[in-house]
Amino acid sequence: MNIVYPLLAVIALTLIAWLGVWGLGLDSLFAIVIPYIASAVFVIGLVYGVIKWARLPVPFRIPTVCGQQKSLPWIKSNNLENPSTTAGVIWRMVLEVLLFRSLFRNSRAELAGPQKLVYSGNKYLWLGGLTFHWTLLIILFRHLRFFTEPVFLPVNWVEELDGIFQLALPTLYITDMVILVALSYLFLRRVVFAQMRYLSLPADYFALLLLLGVVISGVLMRLFYKVDLVGVKELAVSMLAFQPAVPDGVGLAFYIHLFLVSSLLAYFPFSKMMHAPGILLSPTRNLRNDNRMRRHINPWDYPVKVHTYEEWEDEFRDQMKKAGMPLEEEA
Amino acid sequence: MKDKKVTPEELAKIGYTPPKKGWMDTDVEFRKGTYSYSAPLKNQEYLGLPNPRQWQVTDADWKLPENWKEIILEGMKDRLDKYRSWRLFLDICVRCGACADKCHYFIGSGDPKNMPVLRAELLRSVYRKNFTLGGKIFGKLGGARDLSEKVLKEWFYYFFQCSECRRCSVFCPYGIDTCEITMMGRELLNLVGCTTEWIVGPAANCFRTGNHLGVPPHAFKQSLEFAADEVKGITGLTVEAPINRKGAEILLVAPSADYFASPHWFTLLGYLMLFHEIGLDYTWSAYASEGGNFGLFHSDEMVKRLNAKIYAEAKRLGVKWILGGECGHMWRVIHQYMDTVNGPADFLEEPVSPITGTKFENASSTRMVHICEFTADLIKNNKLKLDKSRNNKWKVTFHDSCNPARAMGLLEEPRYIINNVCNSFHEMPENTTRERTFCCGSGAGLGADENMEMRLRGGLPRANAVKYVHEKHGVNVLACICAIDKAAFPPLLEYWVPGVETAGVHELVGNALVMKGETERTTDLRCEPLTLEGEVPAGAVCEPPKDEEDRKDYWK
Repeated sequence: MNIVYPLLAVIALTLIAWLGVWGLGLDSLFAIVIPYIASAVFVIGLVYGVIKWARLPVPFRIPTVCGQQKSLPWIKSNNLENPSTTAGVIWRMVLEVLLFRSLFRNSRAELAGPQKLVYSGNKYLWLGGLTFHWTLLIILFRHLRFFTEPVFLPVNWVEELDGIFQLALPTLYITDMVILVALSYLFLRRVVFAQMRYLSLPADYFALLLLLGVVISGVLMRLFYKVDLVGVKELAVSMLAFQPAVPDGVGLAFYIHLFLVSSLLAYFPFSKMMHAPGILLSPTRNLRNDNRMRRHINPWDYPVKVHTYEEWEDEFRDQMKKAGMPLEEEA
Repeated sequence: MKDKKVTPEELAKIGYTPPKKGWMDTDVEFRKGTYSYSAPLKNQEYLGLPNPRQWQVTDADWKLPENWKEIILEGMKDRLDKYRSWRLFLDICVRCGACADKCHYFIGSGDPKNMPVLRAELLRSVYRKNFTLGGKIFGKLGGARDLSEKVLKEWFYYFFQCSECRRCSVFCPYGIDTCEITMMGRELLNLVGCTTEWIVGPAANCFRTGNHLGVPPHAFKQSLEFAADEVKGITGLTVEAPINRKGAEILLVAPSADYFASPHWFTLLGYLMLFHEIGLDYTWSAYASEGGNFGLFHSDEMVKRLNAKIYAEAKRLGVKWILGGECGHMWRVIHQYMDTVNGPADFLEEPVSPITGTKFENASSTRMVHICEFTADLIKNNKLKLDKSRNNKWKVTFHDSCNPARAMGLLEEPRYIINNVCNSFHEMPENTTRERTFCCGSGAGLGADENMEMRLRGGLPRANAVKYVHEKHGVNVLACICAIDKAAFPPLLEYWVPGVETAGVHELVGNALVMKGETERTTDLRCEPLTLEGEVPAGAVCEPPKDEEDRKDYWK
């Protein structure tokens, strides 16, 4: 069930775009209105979500440290895994965001025999995740050519490099193939491994299937269902200028692709995909471990009931006196 | 373990295949040996906890207050607005599963709800249902579910099956810290009067007497005097153990188990010998007679209530700075919470070692130094005369306690000390040490006797790594710097790896420390022969500490 419903949902989204454009001729709705709304939801939702988090107090400084602290001068401290300076935190975050440093540590625990636990390196998830995110970034970057005129030069370079294995026209991009493999891996591991299946929610499958839908529709329209790229660019540029005009005969595949992208954008701020901005705010990663050097303030700190020394001495005075212990009041 | 029938071979047969039914559809089962008893009424009342009552975990009816759901949801809302960590960690998990087999309770039990991700989902599902649009609209399909008594019981079972060790947080790509989830989960349970005896008992003791064990001041004094006598028996030297002495330069705060439990006791002897040898101007405090803080396992408010005494006492006694003993969660509180909740410590001075002149710049604000930092500095500056051979009977490994490792990064200091006081030191495999260290299985208030099966299961990964070095290098002692470790490891290792003892780092220091004017050592601090083959010579004065049974009457 966890997989069926998300799958049906993605199929339904595809059918909606198909029927809407091919059956009902709602070209402008799918080309202009929905993408605008989805983009607005994405931007507003993202900003709202980040601001909501950022405004929340961080009462305690709780970094999870993964290396030697800065203490005595002759002990080499690890400012990257256990940053005591802001520069260290920045490096830690850069490695986390760009290279998924923590996930790189991943290992697998196995009971290899009676009372014999072994741990082996397990880099597949790291590799799959990193590959997916990086190829997605490159693909998004390539898409800039639809929004800029003249095309930003580095976009051409990336595109050329990405299409270096061109065998036939049209160009088969490396990233398109790689992202398909990566997404399939990320999906299959949730299906194949019993533990992953057990802990996965419908939302986990939905996000992956929706992304797969976006990629597949994109690849299909490049390779098989040719769409009018000049028309697509006209649309993109006109929408950016807020003077949208739907060009004729762009091709159905494009509308499906665009609708799935729109769905993804609109879904993003309400989904686990918010981990993207979220990681930047994660208190176990983005704080310095200088707790004993600089006082951290809890903005909502309040006084609490304590057992004062005087109350304590009152309770134990007699025994303390007998034991000859120093007292504040001899009474 | 009361029920000795289960052999290690049987207990280590662990199945990792999850049940067919989904986790939302499986009910919690309170199996004997895997949960802790509920808190007695008098302790709840003494601390003024909300909705106090007498109840049992195994009762069908937990006698929850009428409006308990309201209380919990209100409590959630309150905390969602107060902790970025909590809200963020509820929002951004992608369930990648990297944390799953990082949890010692999951590895040891195979119970899928002990995977950190699912432990958090137990809360997330309720969060979604009540606080997110997707959860409200899609319900179960959106990973949301209603708060029910069944859910609450599940929270109780699994939030007291997490030792807040933060190992999963090391591996999480977003740093999601299950400890934050568990802490908030426990705070919510507290609101409706659901907490455990083993946490609230020590907390109540600590609030009243100043220490978890409930040792009153005169007994505290007796205990330290007894320790000084033992040191005299071992070394022939008269050492001081000053208490509540105004004007001392340094206040020493250690976990209470150090002066009342074994093998902690030998660490205490080590402290006393060390301080005597360097002529430290210091004092103990009977009011701040506890460094540990079971409040950490209860609520942030309780952390603050119990920890306040340390700065208060430092101020009253007029010391310059504070030295902290060997303890794990104590140091999470000291390092990450104390300055914030009880500070600023502007009445103290920035810590400087009176022996070496070293400025502890890393403690310039909190003004509290870890004893391993202090001793490592002494050794580095050649202030101690050490005879490693006195520890020759020990083949040592070192267990990084969760909190000093993952909250502070206190990794090299204890190793440096051990390498200077012992000849034979062997690291456990790298996946089980330093930031990847495994919990002893009894941390965060889970050390109750009735919870023994879960403790043994949770301790399996650590014990297994000890077994590895025991078999490979003949390791026969596990050194550590945590009072809960010292209580948890003896039964744990006896069960999984017989033949490995547990010792504090400063016990090993005490053994090796060559003291001015001492008589020739005939025994170690345990009053045992210096070599494995040797015998305790006739006439050795020292005697081992009294059995813990004799001290039961202080547990009130």
